[in-house]
Amino acid sequence: MAQIDRDKLLDIYTRTMKVNRTDEKFRELLMGGKVAVMYYCVRGQELVSAAAMAALEKDDYVVCTYRGQGEQTAKGIPMEKWWGECLGKATGTCKGKGGTMHITDPETGIMVTTGVVGSGLPIANGLAMASQNNGDGRVTLVSFGDGAANIGGFHEAMNMAQLYKLPVVFLCQNNRYGEHTAYADHTDSPNIASRAAGYGMPGVTVDGNDVHQIYPAVKEAVDRARRGEGPTLVEAMCYRMMGHFFGADFSYMPPEHIAEMKAEDPLPKLRKVMLEHQFTEEELDAIVADIDAQINAAVEHALAAPLPDTDEIYKDVLEETA
Amino acid sequence: MAQITMTQALNLAIDEAMADDPGVFCLGEDVSAKQGGGVFKVTSGLTEKYGEHRIRATPISETAIIGAAVGAALAGQRPIAEIMLMNFVGVCMDQIVNHAAKLRFMSGGQTPCPIVIRTTTGVGVGFGGQHSDMLEAWFAHVAGIHVVTPSNPADARGLMRASIDANDPVIFIENILCYGLKAEDPGPGYRVPLGKAAIAREGTDISIITYGRTVLDALAVADELAKEGISVEVVDLRTIAPYDEATVLASVRKTGRALTLHEAVRPFGTGAELAANIQEKCWDQLKGPVRRIGGTFSAVPFASHLEQAWIPTKPQIVEQIKASLGKL
Repeated sequence: MAQIDRDKLLDIYTRTMKVNRTDEKFRELLMGGKVAVMYYCVRGQELVSAAAMAALEKDDYVVCTYRGQGEQTAKGIPMEKWWGECLGKATGTCKGKGGTMHITDPETGIMVTTGVVGSGLPIANGLAMASQNNGDGRVTLVSFGDGAANIGGFHEAMNMAQLYKLPVVFLCQNNRYGEHTAYADHTDSPNIASRAAGYGMPGVTVDGNDVHQIYPAVKEAVDRARRGEGPTLVEAMCYRMMGHFFGADFSYMPPEHIAEMKAEDPLPKLRKVMLEHQFTEEELDAIVADIDAQINAAVEHALAAPLPDTDEIYKDVLEETA
Repeated sequence: MAQITMTQALNLAIDEAMADDPGVFCLGEDVSAKQGGGVFKVTSGLTEKYGEHRIRATPISETAIIGAAVGAALAGQRPIAEIMLMNFVGVCMDQIVNHAAKLRFMSGGQTPCPIVIRTTTGVGVGFGGQHSDMLEAWFAHVAGIHVVTPSNPADARGLMRASIDANDPVIFIENILCYGLKAEDPGPGYRVPLGKAAIAREGTDISIITYGRTVLDALAVADELAKEGISVEVVDLRTIAPYDEATVLASVRKTGRALTLHEAVRPFGTGAELAANIQEKCWDQLKGPVRRIGGTFSAVPFASHLEQAWIPTKPQIVEQIKASLGKL
């Protein structure tokens, strides 16, 4: 795998910690009873999202899922707008009408966050089709889980993307669970990436906890798409270290699985890589402290922000009611 | 003016929209020149003019077709997606209902979804239970979609052009039995605004509220009953949802009687919503209960005589009108 330069490593580290600290803050607020909303924890998957977003250009499109906090914050949605939406406030990206499962922020390329497993892939094709039609050079990346690989839309979208050589990257975050069902209980094939061959598409399985694997893999897929060579399926092996959603029981995870995922935690591994690249503990801590300050300010802003007017329920239904 | 068929009317509307706006493109099964320009030839001749990127023949993948249309619309294009037959919407309801219809609202107005979903259907051609249903009520029940159907070539041209202009998803239903209808071409640039019904025939005794192919039945019955001194008004909704309530209520207030008529099955059909609304808002002007006619509550059968027994017929319409007027 190609070496990642120091600037890019720093970029990936910063994005990773932004995702992680946002996740930690969200769980703290939920635990403390300060907010009560649906939240799908991303603990364990921070690096996959951060590295993938670091491989994209600012104008590139992203489609993600309800477990999309990583893509959303790492792509750069302003924190105040992100927290505003998650707390159902008028200042949110979607005026409080989308919520945690439906964050949209076209300014940063977050085009759709779907709450329906597997529905993002066909839509990503359309975004990529528009880029192919108008030659704007954008790449679309769609993120989804291993559970999504078993829904019909996955197959329809993969076949169509390859048929038209669409500039799209399919990023499967294989976190070993589809909702509450373990991988081995929903899929018998050893991995998801091998399915790509069935569509004539390159597919690669990489360790999503290793920055030297995940970043180059997504970057190559993005570059390939931008060169007009078509889509790639990148399967990032990772762990969902919590339940399906915040508060959900995950005692079904066997002890050996928990031990394995703790050993593979991407955060200490990434920190080790950073230290190996002559970043100091102080520098890295300062980055986290700065992120925490930004998050705290954004949360305070969102908590104090006004609620949406109730007449918003009649607005944005059709253009006439916009 | 030249006479055109409904097929030609639709083709002309799509053609001129594609010429005017490079963001308009078609996608669907068998739509390109290689497959003959669509099973009903609506996109015939367009590949030669605009190329295969703008007339995209797709795999048989309805979810991928509508998903691609949604994504392209989010990126600012105006896709016209064809679902070959209306029953196949069952394959892609998630993309239509959970995504196309809701993305404007759920994004707080940031991502409107201007797509036209063309689809065709119709009872009376022997296509059986999975190729014939009118499923407009499924979509009329969802906020965020226009549901449109033309009953004649001029409206087909004007409604298609207006649907492509619209900044929201449109389900555009074509009836197989109407493709061959001929009428005067309204000419280039013609538009029929969405949400505006037409009084297809004026009358004073009863209002038939209908749309699509059954407008033809209603007009034929109106002609027949005129000979008996019964004056029937025919309201062609043109846009089924959200419908032109003002025109419907004004018509019923004038005649004092209403009959809803559609090919779709009667229970929970659009006629039920129309009837309920008319009864709420025109109670004092009504001379009798609103009557409803719809298809039989079973799957559309295959054998021709069964199909004809299943579908609303002209004698049934006459009977309901006479019953309403106390003239049976």
